[in-house]
Amino acid sequence: MRLVGFYTLARKELVRVIRIWPQTILPPAITMTLYFVIFGGLIGRRIGEMGGFDYMQYIAPGLIMMAVITNSYGNVVSSFFSAKIQRHLEEMLVAPMPNYIIVLGHAAGGAVRGMVVGLVVMLVALMFTELPMAYPLVMLSVFALTAIVFSLGGLINAILARKFDDVSIIPSFVLAPLTYLGGVFYSISLLPEFAQKLSLLNPILYMVNAFRYGMLGVSDISLWIAYSIILVFFAILYSTCLLLLRRGTGIRE
Amino acid sequence: MQALAVHDLVKTYRNGNQALKGVTLEVPEGDFVALLGPNGAGKTTLIGIVTSMVNRTSGSVRVFGHDLLREPDVAKALIGVVPQEVNLNQFDTVHNIVTTAAGFYGVGPRAARRRAQECLEQLQLWDRRKDSARNLSGGMKRRLMIARALMHRPRLLILDEPTAGVDIEIRRSMWEFLAALNESGTTIILTTHYLEEAEQLCRHVAIIDHGRIIEHDRMSRVLRRLKEQVLLLNLRDSVAQAPQLTGFPVRVTGEHEIEVVVGEGHDLNDLFAALEQAGLHVLSMRNRSNRLEELFFRLTSRAPGARPTAAEVMP
Repeated sequence: MRLVGFYTLARKELVRVIRIWPQTILPPAITMTLYFVIFGGLIGRRIGEMGGFDYMQYIAPGLIMMAVITNSYGNVVSSFFSAKIQRHLEEMLVAPMPNYIIVLGHAAGGAVRGMVVGLVVMLVALMFTELPMAYPLVMLSVFALTAIVFSLGGLINAILARKFDDVSIIPSFVLAPLTYLGGVFYSISLLPEFAQKLSLLNPILYMVNAFRYGMLGVSDISLWIAYSIILVFFAILYSTCLLLLRRGTGIRE
Repeated sequence: MQALAVHDLVKTYRNGNQALKGVTLEVPEGDFVALLGPNGAGKTTLIGIVTSMVNRTSGSVRVFGHDLLREPDVAKALIGVVPQEVNLNQFDTVHNIVTTAAGFYGVGPRAARRRAQECLEQLQLWDRRKDSARNLSGGMKRRLMIARALMHRPRLLILDEPTAGVDIEIRRSMWEFLAALNESGTTIILTTHYLEEAEQLCRHVAIIDHGRIIEHDRMSRVLRRLKEQVLLLNLRDSVAQAPQLTGFPVRVTGEHEIEVVVGEGHDLNDLFAALEQAGLHVLSMRNRSNRLEELFFRLTSRAPGARPTAAEVMP
């Protein structure tokens, strides 16, 4: 019963992503193409090398991760919140679906969208530059774990959201600044010491750098610290999702 | 076996409103029960707790003997629910909506497709299976919610005002469908504002008011407790003043119409005899009001004169 429930929920989420692909896949592909053209092609040429790679290559892993983060988060937050507003979330709540299946099903849907968009951005990047794959397993694991962590983040946001404004506050005022300041476009070694230390508080820095390490073999931080941070975030966010669903916060009277 | 056994159920909302004040209700397997009550009486809260949409404050709920808190998966799998408000994914197709719901109950894709055809055909929606829910009429959406609730073959079906806003023809076809479903063994609990619907379909009636069950008995016994009926008789000849009918209070309500009260100790044969004796020729006869409606007003302490509660009776 549980496997069928998980399959149904994950499939439902995936079908939604495919059905509205002009909203889910196309816009990030266009946005990232513009990033590559402007930051990589036009400005990047004047910057020269960073971390031993040309600037276009250096920012490619960061842009891919940026796409993964925003899309996995955005997918779950919009899907779950719209199900809550249209009240068809009740289909799941009245059914014998354990809370962990509801969490994992949504996380799977969000992660798949994040990774599909990440792959599309990777293909776009390949049109502009070569992408080495120094450590494919590191790349793949960080890619998937990051997508899952941000899907869980999106789920928490959607559970707590009461109105449409609530689903855009975190992406606009928290996620976007942390992503832009998370080493997507630069190495933190370029920052003054104080800013470097401050950057280490940004979890996205670890994800971007771990993925960059998997792709290019260079990173500002230790890989194992990055994995630990990602796994700690996974554990915290997953437990929070379960707690909120068990208490019925935002979804049950 | 009790299909549903609710004991001392209390619900106090965070704003302090105590919606249920110790509700106890038992519904035997195979029954068809009407759960009635004015707006705000606690019907939807009660259904919300039974269907796990509302957290209870205290009390217990057992579904076919399975405690909803201790064995939620087993208990939930036995219940099908049709909520009061349309809660369909408006952008999904009819077929996807029902097969997805089945999947949530552990029905595999192949079985779900087979059952989708059965349920959608039974509710005359098979031809619309590829349409989005948003393109369906109000009546079709209601029927789709019933189809969705039946996909996992629940033994207890709970319908919260399933015919609200549905035209009379569709409403009657839904009544036939629900009666047949109950005949086939499904226990049904129905809340409705159409008291005629409850009187026609249900064997038992439970009336809830101010968070308490104030009546729960067989429909026929409850109706028998109404000791009088008010009948409107349409006469062939015009009447200027109220005719004398021994034992029956009479009032003229129109040129060809009188109102007769048939009280305790009299039946319709007595009335017909009195009419014969008075030489009155009756063309037709009807109840002044729905009997259950009358009872409902009495039990919930609403004087019939205070019936601006129309919104409570008819949407």
